[in-house]
Amino acid sequence: MKNMYPLLIEALQVLIVLAASPLLVGWVRALKCRAQGRRSAGVFQPYRDLRKLFMKDIVLAENASWVFRFTPYVVFGATLMAGAIIPIISVDLPLAATADIIALVALFAIARFFTALAGMDIGTAFGGMGSSREMMVASLAEPAMLMSVFTVSLVSHSTSLSFMAHTLLENAIMLRPSLAFALLAFALIAIAENGRIPVDNPSTHLELTMIHEAMILEYSGRHLALIEWASMMKLFLFSSLGISLFFPWGIAGASEPRMLPIAFVSLALKLALVGVAIVLIETRLAKMRIFRVPEFLGAAFILSTLGMLSFFMLE
Amino acid sequence: MLNLDPLGLVSLSILVFLALAGLAPVLASRQKTLLAVTFLGSTFASLIALSGGFLSVYQSSASAMIMPVGLPDLPFYLRLDPLSGFFATVVALLGFLVSVYSIGYVRSFMGVRSITPLAVFYNLFLAGMLLVLVADDAYSFMVSWELMAAASFFLVAFEDENAFARKAAFIYILIAHIGAIMILLSFGVMSGAASGFESFSSYTFSSMRANAASGHIAPAWAAVAFLLALFGFGAKAGIIPLHVWLPEAHPAAPSNVSALMSGVMLKTAVYGIIRVSFDLLGVTEWWWGGLVLIIGLVSALIGILFALLQVDLKRLLAYSSVENIGVILISLGLSMIFASFKMGALSALAMIAALYHILNHAVFKGLLFMGAGSILHGARERNMERMGGLIHKMPWTAPLFLVGCLSISSLPPFSGFASEWLAFQSFLLSPSLPSPLLNLLIPLGAAVLALTAALAARCFVKVFGVAFLGAWRGSANAHVHEAGFSMKAGMAGAAVLSLALGIFPAFVIGWMDSVPSMLVSGTVQAESPFGWLWITPVAPERASYSAPIVFLGILSFVALAYLLLHARKTAIRRGPIWDCGFEKLTNRMQYNSTSFAMPLRRIFGFLFSIKETSRAQGNPNASPMFQERYVYTLKLRDRFWYMIYKPASDLSFWASRKVGRLQHGRIQIYLLYSFITLIVLLMFS
Repeated sequence: MKNMYPLLIEALQVLIVLAASPLLVGWVRALKCRAQGRRSAGVFQPYRDLRKLFMKDIVLAENASWVFRFTPYVVFGATLMAGAIIPIISVDLPLAATADIIALVALFAIARFFTALAGMDIGTAFGGMGSSREMMVASLAEPAMLMSVFTVSLVSHSTSLSFMAHTLLENAIMLRPSLAFALLAFALIAIAENGRIPVDNPSTHLELTMIHEAMILEYSGRHLALIEWASMMKLFLFSSLGISLFFPWGIAGASEPRMLPIAFVSLALKLALVGVAIVLIETRLAKMRIFRVPEFLGAAFILSTLGMLSFFMLE
Repeated sequence: MLNLDPLGLVSLSILVFLALAGLAPVLASRQKTLLAVTFLGSTFASLIALSGGFLSVYQSSASAMIMPVGLPDLPFYLRLDPLSGFFATVVALLGFLVSVYSIGYVRSFMGVRSITPLAVFYNLFLAGMLLVLVADDAYSFMVSWELMAAASFFLVAFEDENAFARKAAFIYILIAHIGAIMILLSFGVMSGAASGFESFSSYTFSSMRANAASGHIAPAWAAVAFLLALFGFGAKAGIIPLHVWLPEAHPAAPSNVSALMSGVMLKTAVYGIIRVSFDLLGVTEWWWGGLVLIIGLVSALIGILFALLQVDLKRLLAYSSVENIGVILISLGLSMIFASFKMGALSALAMIAALYHILNHAVFKGLLFMGAGSILHGARERNMERMGGLIHKMPWTAPLFLVGCLSISSLPPFSGFASEWLAFQSFLLSPSLPSPLLNLLIPLGAAVLALTAALAARCFVKVFGVAFLGAWRGSANAHVHEAGFSMKAGMAGAAVLSLALGIFPAFVIGWMDSVPSMLVSGTVQAESPFGWLWITPVAPERASYSAPIVFLGILSFVALAYLLLHARKTAIRRGPIWDCGFEKLTNRMQYNSTSFAMPLRRIFGFLFSIKETSRAQGNPNASPMFQERYVYTLKLRDRFWYMIYKPASDLSFWASRKVGRLQHGRIQIYLLYSFITLIVLLMFS
């Protein structure tokens, strides 16, 4: 029984990631409607959208190759794998040992690599434009993300996600300048990686401003559903990664089944707060011009490098 | 008689290569037989060398012998230790795959030109590279080094009716020789410090090594020898700013040769750097490592930025080799820094990262160059602006090339990720070092490494997306066809190896652990408490990575999603692409290589000299919005060429013109010169 506990946690976690990620998106959308004085479709609308897409037939472009048809599954699989290694409700996660934080970043990179290829597969100018822009954002956001999480792993002397969360739990709460820089950089990157305002707008299909949506413009039916679901999971995962790296308090420690309900509630509360933060940012700010994005990400990159520098210099 | 120990095996393979090179002119009249004999022979010889190299690393053994050839009293000393065994494995591995590939690739030259020179120099080239690795004295090293350089010069100049190939070969041999002079001087300093400059007695590596170990060489001289070796070998490795020959020579050479040059010849230069700095001199000063680290950072970043802007596929791959050499030097520099502070385990980890990347880069860059060769063979096109949609016409080359792209972009579970992971681990395990400058360099190094990896992913999305996806951009594509069996086999071998090296890193690290244990007397704990599934440098709570489980995890999630969604039959309807109602889409309207790289030109444009012009053609009175035709030109130049090489070449031309004044073509004046020289010498003697 004792050996089964980590496996149960693992299964529970994958289910949470699958089931709760549309809810987070629904929550953000509903809140945003309220903040902007509109009526919302309710927090469960993303589930209905997904169901509708899964029921529909697929229309495929004439010259789409196997890369185009294969991509949604890869994106979904890689994102779910990332969901299996981030400690969300308990640090007792067997799969967390198989892939550390560097592998986690690389898992998101696989999904992005294939999405960008799929964007170019059809041969429309839109797809290529989206891919080119997405890779521009990624080529600056990914190193910044690595530097930001590296700072946390320097503090906790580990790159394993479970150990990183565990170390922060064990140690006394103290304000480290390196972690402050890392958190700030991480927040900027999370916005960019998930295509939120002010970098990209997930709800626009205006040609001049699209990044992510331009790449997946030709998708339909279950392919689109998988990609949409994966991007909902990505938002959920970035939020919970930020939580478990910087604010892990409340998460269940190793073999503490009694902590699970508390962990669950604290996760829900923290995610709700993240949603509020996203909505605040998105209603207060306008979308940037595309060529301001490198400056935004450059700032994140420099902040995260500063975080690492201050670890080596000050701590 | 040769013993069949590792050194014996490698020597045997060298003899076979030399014999094949000698046989080629004899068979010149029968080209078909020549093709079969040459490349089947080199496949076989590579396998022999592969077994020798593999065994010497596996057994961690060193064997030596003396060959009584060469000048009197200067025999060739040969030695194979784990370090040279590792590089011999890399050379032989890619030599094997490329030889298989060449059987099909070289056939396309049949009837166009004689393949005899290719057959001769291909084998001499492979023999030269292996000889460089087993040479154990300065003299035989330089002879082998020059054999390698000369053979590759003739391979670059193989299609010598192109002025482009001749120029490339000239630049290549020029820079190779500047490098060779520095290497020679470096050996001179090391052996001169041992026995004075009068005798040759200490030209062997063992006496240089003994000399450095006993502290007979002054630190200043050791530094001079190190710097000469670093820049001498660096010229061959293509570090920035000595990289200019690479983007010229790689496109000019036949693709099988570019695969070898980029995949393994550059690595012999890295071998030289490791041999001189770790083995012969013993790393003593931390700034050596710092310098190598900085050179690596600059090469990696500038290399990949240049690669991103290229439109010629093989030029792009050449610049990407500059980047990868940079990545290797980053890890190597880190290893030197740790070695100078006597941190054996950390130094070993960084060195394993460098060696692993050397092996990986040989395999995946070989694969990519072979893929570029297949495109060149099947589509007769090197310019990506005219490619597109090759995935439909080349159903085998496309997925194999994609494996290469995924691997070079360091995405798991392919091999590039394993070595990148190790490199990041060695950065993250770095403790506070006693020098503030180094404490600054280490975060910066990690940042640039991360940036480089992300830019590489972007570069290879562009390559695969523009060349293989979308639709054909050129005029007609009826001639495009898939590569033949042996070419597919060569590429498939490299692709499978890329995946295997990524999934089973624990085995590979366990195998190559004997190299750092010989050089820096430290090992990486490859045998983790969980067995071969895991790699855990230092301790499991610091970091662990299990490539097989991650691979299986992704695979099972993908399979699950696929099966669940295909339980219910849904129709797939094919339709035309959405054209926004425009109805006149042409293939030229797709995003191409130049437009894909446009955001980069805006962000990093200040690093290059870019000239962008667009002008309208047709009716000059029409509104600028409705011109019949626009002509857009983009000129990109390597700034280093104009900053360093152009002035140097101008200067040497100027100087030779001045010297040329001495020459009048009249015998009396030349006799007068000799007479004056004699008198001057007599006066001073």
